[in-house]
Amino acid sequence: MFAVCVRRWNGGRRRSDADCYDNSTIFIPHCPRGTFMKGYNFAYLDEQTKRMIRRALLKAVAIPGHQVPFGSREMPLPYGWGTGGIQVTASVLGRDDTLKVIDQGADDTTNAVSIRQFFARTAGVRTTTHTGEATVIQTRHRIPEETLRENQIIVYQVPQPEPLYRLEPSRVETKRMHALADYGLMHVKLYEDVARLGQISISYDYPVMVNNRYLMSPSPIPAFDNPKMNRMPALQLFGAGREKRIYAIPPWTEVRSLDFDDHPFRPINAHQACGLCGATDSYKDEVITDDLGGRMFVCSDTDHCEQRRAATVQRHGPARPGHRAVSGPSDETGDDGSGAPRHGEAATP
Amino acid sequence: MNAPLLRTEALSKSFTLHLRGGLRLPVLGGVDLSVEAGECVVLSGPSGAGKSTLLRSLYGNYRADTGRILVRHLGRTVDIASADPRTILAVRHHTMAYVSQFLRVVPRVPALDIVAEALLGRGPSPEAAREQAAALLLSLNIPRRLHGIPPATFSGGEQQRVNLARGFITGHPILLLDEPTASLDADNRAVVVRMIQDAKARGTAIVAICHDLDVRDLIADRLFPVAPYREAA
Amino acid sequence: MNDDPILAARGLTLSFGVIPALLNVDVDLWLGEILAIVGESGSGKTTLLNVLSGQLRPQSGIVTYRDPEGAAHDVHAMPPPMLRTLQRSDWGFVHQDPRRSLRMNVSAGGNVGERLMARGARHYGDIRAQALDWLEQVEIDADRIDDLPRTFSGGMLQRLQIARTLVTHPRLVFMDEPTGGLDVSVQARLLDLIRTLVARLGVAVVLVTHDIAVARLLGHRIAVMQRGRVVETGLTDQVLDDPRHPYTQLLVSSVLQA
Repeated sequence: MFAVCVRRWNGGRRRSDADCYDNSTIFIPHCPRGTFMKGYNFAYLDEQTKRMIRRALLKAVAIPGHQVPFGSREMPLPYGWGTGGIQVTASVLGRDDTLKVIDQGADDTTNAVSIRQFFARTAGVRTTTHTGEATVIQTRHRIPEETLRENQIIVYQVPQPEPLYRLEPSRVETKRMHALADYGLMHVKLYEDVARLGQISISYDYPVMVNNRYLMSPSPIPAFDNPKMNRMPALQLFGAGREKRIYAIPPWTEVRSLDFDDHPFRPINAHQACGLCGATDSYKDEVITDDLGGRMFVCSDTDHCEQRRAATVQRHGPARPGHRAVSGPSDETGDDGSGAPRHGEAATP
Repeated sequence: MNAPLLRTEALSKSFTLHLRGGLRLPVLGGVDLSVEAGECVVLSGPSGAGKSTLLRSLYGNYRADTGRILVRHLGRTVDIASADPRTILAVRHHTMAYVSQFLRVVPRVPALDIVAEALLGRGPSPEAAREQAAALLLSLNIPRRLHGIPPATFSGGEQQRVNLARGFITGHPILLLDEPTASLDADNRAVVVRMIQDAKARGTAIVAICHDLDVRDLIADRLFPVAPYREAA
Repeated sequence: MNDDPILAARGLTLSFGVIPALLNVDVDLWLGEILAIVGESGSGKTTLLNVLSGQLRPQSGIVTYRDPEGAAHDVHAMPPPMLRTLQRSDWGFVHQDPRRSLRMNVSAGGNVGERLMARGARHYGDIRAQALDWLEQVEIDADRIDDLPRTFSGGMLQRLQIARTLVTHPRLVFMDEPTGGLDVSVQARLLDLIRTLVARLGVAVVLVTHDIAVARLLGHRIAVMQRGRVVETGLTDQVLDDPRHPYTQLLVSSVLQA
């Protein structure tokens, strides 16, 4: 029954309960697709654990923004590498799902590649880098630029689920504050920012009110991405492995970034277009291109950037980024464009 | 003749000193006092006879043992001896003022504000209240340079005049005065006597304790003897 | 005059183990008045304050709060969200140690503004203007608004706490030894401030103090507590000038005359 409810968010495309969620603790792979690791249950976690996590997810969906404790398991990688997100992904993943994993927007960083491989080998699911093809997207610190659809799930890796933890050290007290919707303290933080700096200075992990009830940490995504959470058609799930908390935002839920009437929420972004695809409306990373102080801004979302460049190639034939009206170090690079950085090197803190 | 503004019926008062083994000191017994509007009654009797005790009992500062203290308050009669604290506070606010021998105020409050504060909540704006207070202090020979200073450092006579100003500024219908001129020089005594006479002319009922015979003769309409009380054995 | 009390307690009883902290205590409090509760350490006055303010549940007895619409609420049967809402807007609590309620790592302005924001204020300019106004009312320089409380003196901290408490215009304020631990000169200034603000705002105050002089200056009425009982109650000047209960007589006669 729990599985049915969770699957509804995923467009109801899975075959049957028995198919995906049988009681056998060891999944015997017989799937023709991909290379499978023998001896592991489907998607690594045992079925009891996945059920426990799905129960927590159901509760989280029922109370949008509310942190639900769950029995976070030891995973074959340390806390801080996405154990919460991986457990949530493992619990909602079905055989027919297509998984995309991004780390700060990029599909090709170590963490993203490893997690993608992990599920390819333990679940045998199809993987992709294209946002549009994915049914489950696990992310660290970004929301893809492409608008998500109703039958997609986005799973956020969360280091610290408690939005008040820097302001109120007592977890007992923050629980009480959530219970009583007593969020004056969070606004005190915003007040202090405006008083000291003239504006709200939070650039990532910008606190939001979910469904006008719970204060929630959106995980350390840039504030630029906050508006995408509001009334998102996809189901948003959040997993914090070390802190053992799960929370969720059901599709089409109102998510409002905290602000003042006279100091409204303003997402921060670079004022330049992407040095590779020319996009002005995407979130940018600043990358160092050489030892001479050369730098450029490029899309943080690699898939978005590549799709845009591919579309340009289709329309206008092969072209170098340098041909576009963007000044940048890539103008001086050779014809093959090898001087342009790979996205995976675009490291932001 | 009008009905009296203030009247006591068989008022008695004693003190029980628990720290002295429950020693009981009877002070007043069967006091029947009546004061009409425009009348000044001076309590007379030797020191220790209970004059101050009577005055304080009238104000509700001391609690009477038996008897009644009837005060005309906003058109009705209130028995101070049995009234609840909030009623007594209301009577003190609207009807009955008491000028003690000693000034007892919050430290740090300037003399002018002590007097003006008595007017607040009675109509005048804070500015008007301060103006009235300044005029009254000046007429009592408290110079302007002292108005902004808390009276804790004032001389005894200056403190008493501040105290008198606070008692007189509100124009309460009943005024209880405990030694109003005790530490005043001749000039200031004359000012106070005139203020008391003006108050009487306005219809204020006054009960006073006054050992200064000259002043007493100037203000008193009649004397009310208070004798040391001896309980019948 | 004959309106209902804003706070009424009947038969409050609470003991810690075998030690009775409250024995059948009744309290009535009306808007615009200060009720001083005096007694020595351990007499139960702070316990009474905590029970009246809903922070401690009595073993028997009832505390009734009357809201602005005149509806009566049993403080200890109230749903927690309602009690919390009361505590952060209609009620205030002034602790002896201001560090207990102030946030020491938040600026003075943020401390004053927090209760406004907790109540839903979302206009920065308004919040700041009100914070400035209240700092002025408690005689803290406007240019200290962005300073952290840890740079403030003890007296300033206490005044900041009072500004933070009164900014929401509470109807009922509980004060626990608000002038305790302060220098005499600082204490005098604070007493004057409390007296003036309370008179102007017309709030009801329950003031716990062991200092008879503070009770005399601030209290309209007084309740004397000894070993969990209210042994004497009445007008402040009545009780202090004409004490009847042996304990009150002892208390009054023990005061040092300056």
